[in-house]
Amino acid sequence: MAQKPMAQNTTAQGSRSPSAQNATAQSPEELRVSTHTEKRTIAVLVDNEPGVLARVIGLFSGRGYNIESLTVTEVDPENALSRITVVTSGTPMILEQIKAQLGRLVPVHKVSDLTMAGPYVERELALVKVNGAGEKRVEALRIADIFKARVVDASHEHFVFEMTGKTDKLDAFVELMSPLGLIDVSRTGVVAIQRGPEGL
Amino acid sequence: MSTQTMPTGETTTSAEQLTGSEIVIKALIEQEVDTIFGYPGGAVLPLYDALFKQNSLRHYLVRHEQAAVHAAEGYARSTGRVGVVLVTSGPGATNAVTGLTDALMDSIPLVCFTGQVPTHLIGNDAFQEADTTGITRPCTKHNYLVKSVADLPRIIHEAFHVARSGRPGPVVIDLPKDVQQALGAYLPKDQVKHRSYNPQVKGEKGAIERAVELFAGAKRPIIYSGGGVINSGDRASVLLTEFARLTGAPITNTLMGLGAYPAGDPQFLGMLGMHGTYEANLAMHGCDVMLAVGARFDDRVTGKLSEFAPYSKKIQVDIDPSSINKNVVVDVPIVGDVAHVLEEMVRLWKQRQHKLDPNALKTWWSQIDSWRQRKCLHFEQTGDVMKPQYAINRLYEMTADRDAFITTEVGQHQMWAAQYYQFQKPNRWMTSGGLGTMGYGLPAAMGVQVAHPDALVIDIAGEASILMNMQEMSTLIQYRLPVKIFIVNNQWMGMVRQWQQLLHGERYAESYTDSLPDFVKLAEAYGAVGIRATKAAELDDKIREMLETPKPVIFDCCVDEVENCFPMIPSGSAHNQMLLGPDDHADHKTSEDGMVLV
Repeated sequence: MAQKPMAQNTTAQGSRSPSAQNATAQSPEELRVSTHTEKRTIAVLVDNEPGVLARVIGLFSGRGYNIESLTVTEVDPENALSRITVVTSGTPMILEQIKAQLGRLVPVHKVSDLTMAGPYVERELALVKVNGAGEKRVEALRIADIFKARVVDASHEHFVFEMTGKTDKLDAFVELMSPLGLIDVSRTGVVAIQRGPEGL
Repeated sequence: MSTQTMPTGETTTSAEQLTGSEIVIKALIEQEVDTIFGYPGGAVLPLYDALFKQNSLRHYLVRHEQAAVHAAEGYARSTGRVGVVLVTSGPGATNAVTGLTDALMDSIPLVCFTGQVPTHLIGNDAFQEADTTGITRPCTKHNYLVKSVADLPRIIHEAFHVARSGRPGPVVIDLPKDVQQALGAYLPKDQVKHRSYNPQVKGEKGAIERAVELFAGAKRPIIYSGGGVINSGDRASVLLTEFARLTGAPITNTLMGLGAYPAGDPQFLGMLGMHGTYEANLAMHGCDVMLAVGARFDDRVTGKLSEFAPYSKKIQVDIDPSSINKNVVVDVPIVGDVAHVLEEMVRLWKQRQHKLDPNALKTWWSQIDSWRQRKCLHFEQTGDVMKPQYAINRLYEMTADRDAFITTEVGQHQMWAAQYYQFQKPNRWMTSGGLGTMGYGLPAAMGVQVAHPDALVIDIAGEASILMNMQEMSTLIQYRLPVKIFIVNNQWMGMVRQWQQLLHGERYAESYTDSLPDFVKLAEAYGAVGIRATKAAELDDKIREMLETPKPVIFDCCVDEVENCFPMIPSGSAHNQMLLGPDDHADHKTSEDGMVLV
């Protein structure tokens, strides 16, 4: 359960410029034959203006695309830019459409398919409330320790754990907590960033 | 009187303070607008007051906001300029939604101003309040809610830029009443630069080279061009024609692309798609290299996707990256403006002295000629009862030398117009292709006539569609717009009836139009001229009478009630499974998959 070393691979990229976003990453043959569903993490840099999130979400719902997770907040207050991280899934053809449709929105500055662009880091934060007594309470604390979760609120009846990690690690933690008195979970959804020296 | 907010914008040019409404007028004039289609109401009264005080902009008062948008579409489509609409809040805005969606689907550049309740009332369910930016978000290319007069000039100039550049489309500016009255500074358009929106105009050089090489190696080439060629401007049509002539390849147009290549030219195969010609569809099916230019592989064009042009390599030129690889995967995608890319293709073709293999091309053309021999658009006009095809064919023959502008409503008459009216030039054909909006033709014709006061403008209509925006007769009369409305009257919602006959066991549910008005009397009631033709023998004389009438005319052309529109690719079928006529469908059974398609 320990976290993987993170320092590897800061050189493998650089060939993929951000402007390559429009180019189809896959060959026509690949697009034609692949009917399997893939998962992608896409970063979108947008103007931080009213309605911009509605445009993005409306695009996904209106065209029937999946949203597995979506996070958004301002990242550059000086230039009023927000960053949206969306995890989506679809066939390669649909995924190309999603990126092209996102790029077409007027307040969108950049669309980057992190999954395709090379190695990247993704993290999610969860707040997990567990209500229990006796042995279960001890066990919850023990597991939290293994997962390196922090206690951010506590009483004699409950804990609130804060945990950061990859989505599947959070899933595992929540699952282990459920027989131990899990009563509430709040998760941020995935945020992600490309490895290496380059920005979006 | 006015509720003034603080003008906080950067006052770069002059300290002169204008009201929001005056800023709108000034910005429109700077954007070279001279015509607005609109309808007043409480939330836009300050704007109408400002309109009243000036003479540079002419406002045309419609009778329904939907018609204002269609009129602006007709204006835009026939001139290549941006159409401008002004409507009030709430119902004014919601009535405009159909027109906006229509413009989005057909890539028509519009800027639509909607009034809004004052900013402090937004969200309070105020009188005539609607969440206009929320409602129009999915049916516009972009929209704005102006919360401060300081943002207003920038937003207007941005809106025009967004509407007309890239893949054109409608833009809504929602303008609260207090912003119309507040004082602020003007900002000229050259001081406005968009932060994020910057469509790619020039195609990638390598891709264009690959496209030219691929096309040069074709044995059975075809050019398939669409509305994007029209949107790209006159030069695109000229370059398209030049490229087709240089190569000698056959060319077919989509419904939206008609006029980009001169009909009647020997290389022209007619329209393709669901009601396209036999030769165009079979050539698409059999080609080995397809050059798609400004066309988006719409379902009405492709038929069954899995069997679409199965032996071909495909090149696609489109300014909108999302149009590429959407329905059909292409081998050489080129993102860019059609005119730019075609210019480069023509240059490369000449420079490299390419020539299609003459023997292969000859074989291909003789194959196409054998398909042409089927004469898929042939009809027999015998007896008194007029065939609709005959009516439109006569209308074409008698107006061919008039450089007429044709609009249509939606249905059988629209397809017959596309099949039998021959377009030689771009921007002469205005039809609702993507959305298929009944009621489009009359207001669109109105907009065309405003833009071309001396031209012959004809709305080829159906008797059901025309009733959807009939109220605009009153507008035609008010502004002396001599639009000719040529109703192909078969008493049925013809296309619905046709599908019910062919696909739903001849159960004609609600497709008969009972209690139709007397169109001649209706014309007279509005102050226009009504003409009726019921027999083939009198048609020419009556059309002549219509053409000689200097006023708006409703021409009630009573045709065969049960004629169907052929050729037809039944839904869910491929290009090579066309029905050519009534005898053809007996052995055809539409699949379950096909039945659920529209």
